[in-house]
Amino acid sequence: MARSSTGASPAADQRVHVGRRVFLGIVALGAIGVAVGAKVQSGLSGVVGSSGLGGLLPGGDHFRIYSITGTLPEISDDQYRLEVSGLVHRPTTFTLDDLRALPRTTLVRDFHCVTGWVVPDVHWEGVRLSAVLDAVGVLPSARAVSFDSYDGLDTESLTLDQARLPDVIVADKMLGGPVTTEHGGPVRLYVAPMFGYKSIKWLSAIRVVDQVEPGYWEQNGYPVNGWIDGSTGPTDPGAD
Amino acid sequence: MQRTAGARRATVRILRFDLVQRSAHWANALLFGILMATALPLYFGSLGALVGRRGLVEQIHLWAGIALPVPIVVSLAGPWGRRMRRDLHRINCWTRDEIRWLRTFGGPSAPPVVDKFNPGQKLNAIFVGAAIVVMLASGCVLKWFSYFPLSWRSGATFVHDVFALVIFLVVFGHVGFALTHFDALRSMVTGWIDERWAARHAPEWLEEVRAEGGETEAPPSAPARLPRLE
Repeated sequence: MARSSTGASPAADQRVHVGRRVFLGIVALGAIGVAVGAKVQSGLSGVVGSSGLGGLLPGGDHFRIYSITGTLPEISDDQYRLEVSGLVHRPTTFTLDDLRALPRTTLVRDFHCVTGWVVPDVHWEGVRLSAVLDAVGVLPSARAVSFDSYDGLDTESLTLDQARLPDVIVADKMLGGPVTTEHGGPVRLYVAPMFGYKSIKWLSAIRVVDQVEPGYWEQNGYPVNGWIDGSTGPTDPGAD
Repeated sequence: MQRTAGARRATVRILRFDLVQRSAHWANALLFGILMATALPLYFGSLGALVGRRGLVEQIHLWAGIALPVPIVVSLAGPWGRRMRRDLHRINCWTRDEIRWLRTFGGPSAPPVVDKFNPGQKLNAIFVGAAIVVMLASGCVLKWFSYFPLSWRSGATFVHDVFALVIFLVVFGHVGFALTHFDALRSMVTGWIDERWAARHAPEWLEEVRAEGGETEAPPSAPARLPRLE
């Protein structure tokens, strides 16, 4: 047996401190990924398209479902009611059919979460929020719109000018079908120019008010104006 | 000769991991378990819808993540961390043979003579250490996103997701090896490993332990259980 009692075997002389380099290399990979990951991901999406594969890849383009309460509110189409009240001429409770009778509109936009994930080319269908507001008649003293959710906890708000943007819709269809429970169905808000948290799910009530009431996420530190481009909003110079 | 020596020394076991190292390992394992268990409902919408309470799941994930470096840093830092630091040094040091073995993905050259840890174990430890840094940093970008540009948030989401996948694979591999190498697993619980195991899996380390003396002991409660070791 070629044992040496000194412990200084020939192999020991050749040892190199490579572990530290491997460690730093992996950390550097992570740092590079943060810097260019957005481009890599959109490149990957380009390759795999919006097929099922994209949703399976880590970092793939898929919705992360957020619910701030314990359970997702299950509301059938028949049970669904949208109560519109506050500074309006005709406070109204809409059924799903009532809503669907309003002029319909469609949108195809990327869905942006404020934490950075993006779902490209999401198809949306519904009625403009402005159409709902016009249907009930907004009083001159109104300045903002507040939203409630069937989950009983989430709230949101927009200025009246933001609420009247053509790409702010009350949606009953997305991704080519009815809005599912996990996506906030049967009816949710979709505020296209802002981050996802502004698009309140399981929309239960619209209250027209005289000032902006910061919603659930804003009370938890998110910006009240969640413009995706980070500006005060090119499509709405009056806002902010 | 080696076999004879091993048979004669059947009752001798040597300390592979001291209490500090074992505590650090299992605290780290517990945190990884919590993070992986909470990661699934946070990532997979259908599972998250089933579990609900996203706020609570998020908080658990967040605090377990913040605590993640604590076991390793604390176990390395103090006067109690002598063995921990020594093993860190072993993990850092690679022989030419080991590097060649790694570069050729395990073949065709003969496996290198192993010190305390084989190249796979070293790589696992290095990856876990680096992954902790990467996950902590990218997680901070996601948690405190308002301080970072949007492209960084997207990049951090990407990195957090990709590293999470690799972590799941590595951890499953690690647990798989542990469950199929029961002696090694037991040494991470009790600290002791049979000398015959060391002769086969970590011969250079065994030499080193013998040369230094003092780390070889027959644990008091051991004799009754020893015959079942192999």
